Amino acid sequence: MSELEELYRRMLVIRRFEEELAEVKKLGEVPGSIHLCIGQEAIPVGVSALLLPDDYVTATYRGHGWAIERGSDLAGLFGEIMGRASSVAGGRAASPYLSDASVGFIGENSIVGAGVPIALGAALSCDRLGGGRVSVVSIGDGAMNQGNVHEALNMAAVLALPLVVVVENNGYSEMVRIEDMVRVTNLAERGAAYGIPAETVDGNDPVVVARAAAVAIERARTGGGPSIIEARTQRLVGHYSGDAQHYRPAGEVAAAREVEPLVRARAALLEAGRDAAELDAIAAGVDREIQDALAAARLLPLPDPTTVMEHVYA
Amino acid sequence: MPEIKNLSYIQAVNHALRWSLETVPNTVVFGEDVAVPGGPFGATKNLHRDFGVDRVFDLPISETAFLGMALGSAMTGLRPIAEIMYSDFLFVAMDQVVNQIANIRYTSNGKWGAPLVIRTQQGSSPGACAQHSKSIEAYLAHTPGLRVVCPTTPMEAYQAIRTAVVSDDPVFVVESRMLYPQKGEVQLDAELWPMGGARVVRPGADATIVAWSRTMTAALEAGEQLAARGVDAEVVDLRWIAPLDVETVADSVAKTGRLVIAHDAPGTGGFGGELAARVGERCFGRLRAPIARVTGIDAPLPAAPALQDVALPSADRIAGAVLETMSA
Ligand SMILES: Cc1ncc(C[n+]2csc(CCOP(=O)(O)OP(=O)(O)O)c2C)c(N)n1
Repeated sequence: MSELEELYRRMLVIRRFEEELAEVKKLGEVPGSIHLCIGQEAIPVGVSALLLPDDYVTATYRGHGWAIERGSDLAGLFGEIMGRASSVAGGRAASPYLSDASVGFIGENSIVGAGVPIALGAALSCDRLGGGRVSVVSIGDGAMNQGNVHEALNMAAVLALPLVVVVENNGYSEMVRIEDMVRVTNLAERGAAYGIPAETVDGNDPVVVARAAAVAIERARTGGGPSIIEARTQRLVGHYSGDAQHYRPAGEVAAAREVEPLVRARAALLEAGRDAAELDAIAAGVDREIQDALAAARLLPLPDPTTVMEHVYA
Repeated sequence: MPEIKNLSYIQAVNHALRWSLETVPNTVVFGEDVAVPGGPFGATKNLHRDFGVDRVFDLPISETAFLGMALGSAMTGLRPIAEIMYSDFLFVAMDQVVNQIANIRYTSNGKWGAPLVIRTQQGSSPGACAQHSKSIEAYLAHTPGLRVVCPTTPMEAYQAIRTAVVSDDPVFVVESRMLYPQKGEVQLDAELWPMGGARVVRPGADATIVAWSRTMTAALEAGEQLAARGVDAEVVDLRWIAPLDVETVADSVAKTGRLVIAHDAPGTGGFGGELAARVGERCFGRLRAPIARVTGIDAPLPAAPALQDVALPSADRIAGAVLETMSA
């Protein structure tokens, strides 16, 4: 399997997981709102391709893709989001706040920016406990305007910790355009203020993302300190389930669909000589995996109400 | 021969931190001015020199980032001890406390834990402004997932920190700046104390006074004043806000039938209200007078000593409240 083919398959897993989740949500099987990363899959896939099992990843409420890439159990993820007694978090976290210690997934965070200081702590452990491990954190563009991110970026630089900050710039923080909320063209320009190497890359191409991640992760593993990767992308769906997206200009999403990572990766694979039937077979395999996981999740029991006070303390 | 030293409260803190760095693997100490300067109050004196910059280090003035760093590092193998210089400064970092640190064990269904310690100090002192004088225990008590201790003596401070450092839950050690110079005997090689537990400091039969932190000084003084007037007050040091030892207080109240709770924090929403409710639930039939509270005023704390004198519980006010319950 070529590098791109594998990245394509992994992006498909995330895409199909979330598409299925959206369907399940429509059926009323998911309480609360969900934030999908549909259109942004190249970023978790490209970065995670370079990560090792004992590295750490921190994400946001839009973090299903990162959890999947970390290797969190798909049925467990479905079950967690569906409010069931899942292996992931027992139904205590749901879609926007799930974590999974069994795969080094520090977790999502529903407080904008708050994952960066926590990921900084994981980077401190990586540094002090040795082993060349790294801590990766994903945030949105809007999070770059949070004080917690500013503090953590400066601190990461000062302590030269192995932290890779991935800014998934999808053009919107919730419902406002990022260009109306900052006075820099590229968020990566902020890196200079902290003395952190930063670059802006095409976040819809997993190979490009992986190349940038390789540099940043290598820098972190070898004591070179933190990096920022601004990955430009677009979300193809609302900020959250139920977002009518009236704030987006007509045609924007349609145009984005032309250049979204799966469309591009498929085109590139075809151009490289793969035939459509092969790619369809990959998709069919992914589909089975997702359907099996969903079926397993539906069999999970609901959390036992008598356990509601468990795990407040050790 | 037990190793007993006469130490000030802040020296006891320093010894406890030294013990932690020596004894508990992967402990690190960080905060503002804690390394070469040895801490704004001397809590970390010489620790940087003796344990090195990897384990004792200074950070930018970024409380949010360093409490988040405490959490992330605690989740992944370190045992961080973070210092927040004044408890008032915690509020700039409250998200990390309330939404992050306190949650993670529960929301991960026990798969992650946060074995971290946050040390801070609280309370008013002459001239201290309203941003350097708060008593914050109630804010912390309201957040499930945190442990909170307010030591009042050097030995308690020494033991509280050691207990906190070996705990697998996040613990706030809320020290008292006004008590820092006070001396007392500290047994450095003592067994660790279990987490939690109030202590009857002064046994008595007529009324129960419960206090913690700086207010204990006033409570004990009130006990003396009352003794001189023939009233035998039992004074209880609550010590741990969480876990809360209601039993010790309720046992005392069951005996005396009277309870006065004193704390420096404002009365409204203060921890005394919670304690009163808990004791009321258990001791309603034994109470011979309404539970009384002597607290800080419901106002930002003034800086001028003349105003502070009436803003905070004094021995006189506590003794007065006890006498009132006696005549109820
Ligand atoms: C501290 C805080 N403020 C506001 C919100 C509400 N909120 C949730 S997501 C969001 C937008 C964040 O935008 P961005 O960082 O660009 O991430 P994206 O949603 O695009 O992935 C906001 C304002 C929040 N969750 N936390």
